Amino acid sequence: MNFHAVKAIYVFEMARWWRTIYQSIVSPVLTTSLYFVVFGSAIGSRIAEVDGVGYGAFIVPGLIMLSLLTQSISYASFAIYFPKFTGTIYELLSSPVSYFEILLGYVGASATKSILIAVIILCTARLFVDFEIAHPFWMAFYLVLTAITFSMMGFIIGIWADNFEKLQVIPLLIVTPLVFLGGTFYSVSMLPPFWQKITLFNPVLYLVNGFRWSFYEVSDVSITTSTIMILSFLAACIGIVFWIFKTGYKLKT
Amino acid sequence: MSDLINIQNLSKVYSNGFKALDDVSLNIKKGEILALLGPNGAGKTTLISAICGLVNPTGGKVSVAGYDIIKDYRKTRELIGLVPQELTNNQFDTVLSTVNFTRGMFGKSKNAALIEELLKDLTLWEKRNSLLMHLSGGMKRRVLIAKALAHEPEILFLDEPTAGVDVELRQDMWRLIHKLRERGVTIILTTHYIEEAEEMADRVGVIANGKLLLVEEKSVLMGRLGKKALTMDLVTPLESIPESLKSYDLELSNDGNTLKYSYDNQGESTGITALVQALSEVNVRFSDLHTEQSSLEEIFIDLLNVPNDSNHMVEQKQ
Repeated sequence: MNFHAVKAIYVFEMARWWRTIYQSIVSPVLTTSLYFVVFGSAIGSRIAEVDGVGYGAFIVPGLIMLSLLTQSISYASFAIYFPKFTGTIYELLSSPVSYFEILLGYVGASATKSILIAVIILCTARLFVDFEIAHPFWMAFYLVLTAITFSMMGFIIGIWADNFEKLQVIPLLIVTPLVFLGGTFYSVSMLPPFWQKITLFNPVLYLVNGFRWSFYEVSDVSITTSTIMILSFLAACIGIVFWIFKTGYKLKT
Repeated sequence: MSDLINIQNLSKVYSNGFKALDDVSLNIKKGEILALLGPNGAGKTTLISAICGLVNPTGGKVSVAGYDIIKDYRKTRELIGLVPQELTNNQFDTVLSTVNFTRGMFGKSKNAALIEELLKDLTLWEKRNSLLMHLSGGMKRRVLIAKALAHEPEILFLDEPTAGVDVELRQDMWRLIHKLRERGVTIILTTHYIEEAEEMADRVGVIANGKLLLVEEKSVLMGRLGKKALTMDLVTPLESIPESLKSYDLELSNDGNTLKYSYDNQGESTGITALVQALSEVNVRFSDLHTEQSSLEEIFIDLLNVPNDSNHMVEQKQ
């Protein structure tokens, strides 16, 4: 195991994040604060409790998931796409590192960054609404596993993309709508029966609900299904990454 | 010298059908400087890329220090430093951090003293905290070399190291290469500057259309393939070449003052003695004479201009 290489990639990625600290931290904190002001206070004050939880508190897990998913994908996809774009990828490919070590460095850094953002948002949310975390272990479990899984998804997108447009297309056109329609701001039970059934096909629903359950013990789907879904996501990402590394897809000619 | 790199029947066909390497076999000796010459698109970079792990070979086998480059990639890559042709740098990084990053990637712990010496050798020390985006092209090239040497490799691949650099940097680089060779580093460089190969290489390989046309000791190559010319300054100008000398490959200058005799120095006889005798018989006297040898560039152009059956003409000597 080439620990020095994993550390080099990890430290490099964290340093890059640190260089743009205002953009990295201030931006998501500001965006989340705006969500709380608009949805939590302004609109939320006119919405009754959802499943016995005040609306302001109800949206906290969903908002954290929203940031966690989008930031994990964004960090990891950019991290691996940028060396491809600048040509410095040659260094990764000619170094005595295994693909697993490369993955560990990039996904580890990306997951760390998005978890830090999630924790910051959690702390920011506490300034606006009062909430308790019923199952801290499960909360951490969902947080870490989702960060890792979606960082891997970002890594796959970064390898697949050969221009900046492709880099943005999946996060913007697929992931963001799925997150918004996955029960971030509402309970599925608030939808008409037909749309409730459609929503069950949205994989993000299970992540948001699993995470929300760890806070308030309320969920639209069973916790077992949520856990199986996140583990299935992870397994699918591992499978794709393994195939990419085995074939050298978009990495080696 | 023992072989450090062994390349057997290496071939590479890209997905678009382009055959970049065609059954290339080559042994590279420990401690030597090998120059791979060839026109653009000849396959030089593909050959280097395949050895370094950037390109998946279609066929053949490569071993470095006895280790297979695919099966034992960790062992082989630890031995290799690569300076790519393009100025590929992370523009937002500093010189020092990018060099330390590379050392880390090769599994080595930090060594501040070594990196300081390396950066000083490459006159980069003063710029160690500068962002790469603020460096000139020449400086960026030096950074790439520093990165390639940061893990103390035994083999250094330089892909067109002096393409587009000024004379000063080119000479600095030549000095550095000689210094590395003294330390026992094996150096493989690709170039289309003949001057560079002539200046530095122990052996020269010529590659064109993915085929290795020849690999030869530079001095032997120049001696074996080089044509020589004997130029004689005549005491009395001639109006034309005398009839009895027509069988010789002679060329008279326009003013009739010099006579140039071209000969192959690898032939059984150069014919010089007979020519001098024949000149004496027709009373042609000369006041001075000197010989010229064709440069590597002329040999290179000759090789590339001869159709593919030249492969048979030129024996691969490895």
